[in-house]
Amino acid sequence: MAGSTLEIKNLHVAIEGEEILTGVNLTINGGEFHAVMGPNGTGKSTLASAIMGHPKYEITEGEVYIDGKDVLEMEVDERAQAGLFLAMQYPSEISGVTNSDFLRSSINARREEGDEISLMKFIKEMDGTMDLLEMDKNMAQRYLNEGFSGGEKKRNEILQLMMLKPAIAILDEIDSGLDIDALKVVSKGINQMRDDNFGCLIITHYQRLLNYITPDKVHVMMKGRIVKSGGPELAQRLEDEGYDWIKQELGIEDETVGQKA
Amino acid sequence: MTVEISLGYDKEYVSKFSEGLNEPEWMKTLRLDALQQAERLPMPKPDKTKIDRWNFTKFTHDLRGEKMESLAELPDQILNFIDQNKDEQNLLIQKDQRPAFASLSQSLKDNGVIFTDMKTAVKEYSDLVEKYYMKDGIQVDEHRLTALHAALMNGGVFVYVPENVQVEEPLQAIFWQEDPEAALFNHVIVVADKNSSVTYVENYISHNNEEEEAVTNILTEVFAHDNAKVSFGAVDNLGAGTTTYVNRRGVADRDAKIEWALGQMNDGYTISENYTYLMGDNALGDAKTVSVGRGNQKQNFTARIVHYGKASEGYILQHGVMKDKATAIFNGIGKIEHGATKSNAEQESRVLMLSKDARGDANPILLIDEDDVTAGHAASVGRVDPMQLFYLMSRGISQKEAERLVIHGFLAPVVNQLPIDAVKEQLTQVIEGKVN
Ligand SMILES: Nc1ncnc2c1ncn2[C@@H]1O[C@H](COP(=O)(O)OP(=O)(O)OP(=O)(O)O)[C@@H](O)[C@H]1O
Ligand SMILES: [Mg+2]
Repeated sequence: MAGSTLEIKNLHVAIEGEEILTGVNLTINGGEFHAVMGPNGTGKSTLASAIMGHPKYEITEGEVYIDGKDVLEMEVDERAQAGLFLAMQYPSEISGVTNSDFLRSSINARREEGDEISLMKFIKEMDGTMDLLEMDKNMAQRYLNEGFSGGEKKRNEILQLMMLKPAIAILDEIDSGLDIDALKVVSKGINQMRDDNFGCLIITHYQRLLNYITPDKVHVMMKGRIVKSGGPELAQRLEDEGYDWIKQELGIEDETVGQKA
Repeated sequence: MTVEISLGYDKEYVSKFSEGLNEPEWMKTLRLDALQQAERLPMPKPDKTKIDRWNFTKFTHDLRGEKMESLAELPDQILNFIDQNKDEQNLLIQKDQRPAFASLSQSLKDNGVIFTDMKTAVKEYSDLVEKYYMKDGIQVDEHRLTALHAALMNGGVFVYVPENVQVEEPLQAIFWQEDPEAALFNHVIVVADKNSSVTYVENYISHNNEEEEAVTNILTEVFAHDNAKVSFGAVDNLGAGTTTYVNRRGVADRDAKIEWALGQMNDGYTISENYTYLMGDNALGDAKTVSVGRGNQKQNFTARIVHYGKASEGYILQHGVMKDKATAIFNGIGKIEHGATKSNAEQESRVLMLSKDARGDANPILLIDEDDVTAGHAASVGRVDPMQLFYLMSRGISQKEAERLVIHGFLAPVVNQLPIDAVKEQLTQVIEGKVN
């Protein structure tokens, strides 16, 4: 089988003692695009951060594997080396470190010592990718995300995605704050990644992103777990009808996490 | 010869030392007077740092460094500090307090520029040195360490730039302690006479470890006369066993500028004072410093700019990174005296702590005795943001490399603004070494 596989099994996650994820099961294979939708505060970002190894989140139960390797045993950088990538909902700003130095360090971190990417090749690749994402060239020399507008930060996350070419990417609200042109550009970038060696989990609130990036599967999160899965038509129904019908179907009163059932 | 100087300083030793160097009478007298004062004066009291158990008084004083025939004899750790691509070096190397190498371009010599080691200067330019030596800059009787320094000064550099002469290429001095226990009582004087300009860069280098105890007591006096400009750069890189007292003092006359670019990268206990006196109207003082502390280091940095001249400007920018169990206090003081109308004092101190055991303290202070002035200060002390490390590491960058990037990023705003390219490059190298 081509590509990598990310398996999430019965994942429970707590923050400061409070359980946020209450048993998530999900498998993503190379070549597949999954969308995760759900109301605010239902644990979508928690899932993304916990998979990547955010220090604040404590895994209380469950397992995560990439190609059979135990992800939860790995440091954050090892998870990235193993093929994971997280485009963050709120990317950090890092003063004094230029975007291009950071990207080059990231690429070289995946390569053996002595086999670093040549500066020429790097610049060429970055220029090309920035062109495709219609990014201003001076963003390369600006400090990482510092003073970037919301939309610029999102484009910058996709620039990193395209340059780092991970096996499995998680995109947390990559569409939030994007105007319609930016949304098209970002979608173009993500679609360009689509092949058998790339799997993707797209967290979004809006069907409009899924109009450009067609998911193979759509999952709905409530109360810290996936409560419903389906095909692209599920996203369309959520767009048209909202979440109430699911809540009714499942007898959920308050969909956010941390509420005693 | 090894001298144990405890509280009983030895008058005979100082006399002999001065005579051995064939010093003029004024210097010998100054030394002996200072020795007497050292006995009664108290130690300096740096704000918030206790130094009573630091060793400033036990050392090997009289040293025998050797002369070098060429730069090729230098080890790489020293050569790294020199730009070897230059065809003409304005360079002075002092090894274990002995002049080891000196070169100055012919055109500067022809213009009357003096750039020579202090022992030679005291003899050959006696009157000129006497005019400046611990007179209007640092006073002998400020405290025990200034007096002790005056009594035991054993090296340094004298720079004099005559009126209207612009020195385009930087002058560089390297003070290298190869003997791990050598005592460095260095005195540096830089004089820029009216309408002249000069860039001077110095490096203090030793590689002694914590067991090899050494003492440095460095006094530096910079004079920028009317409308002169001095860019003073330093990268201090003394080893972990060296306890340092370094005092760099500037005096700026009318329309004069003194810019300090100080890379305070010692590995041992350090007290650093950097005072600038803006005596003349429109004088400008600008002090930019970066520091990285590591291990069990304790350090205290004070940058102080005192405004006497009208419309004088003083800027202080300090950035420090503390790793491991290192501790540092950053004092930034702007003092505007009565009558210094239309003056401006700005200061900014920022400290980044990389570990839970590291400690940093930033104290910006404005002392203003005049109404018609502008002033501002900013300070921050914080730990590395774990979100930043998470972000960097989520791209595959190791924790160590991520910390390295954050540190460089934190220091970059100061490093990038340093007015001297040579210092910028040296600093980047030294920071690299200290961060890894
Ligand atoms: N650091 C934290 N400390 C305390 N509670 C937290 C923390 N991070 C998240 N939570 C809580 O966990 C719950 C899930 O948050 P999460 O960010 O995963 O939601 P989300 O589904 O991504 O929401 P949104 O659609 O608004 O982005 C929320 O109730 C939130 O307040
Ligand atoms: Mg979220």
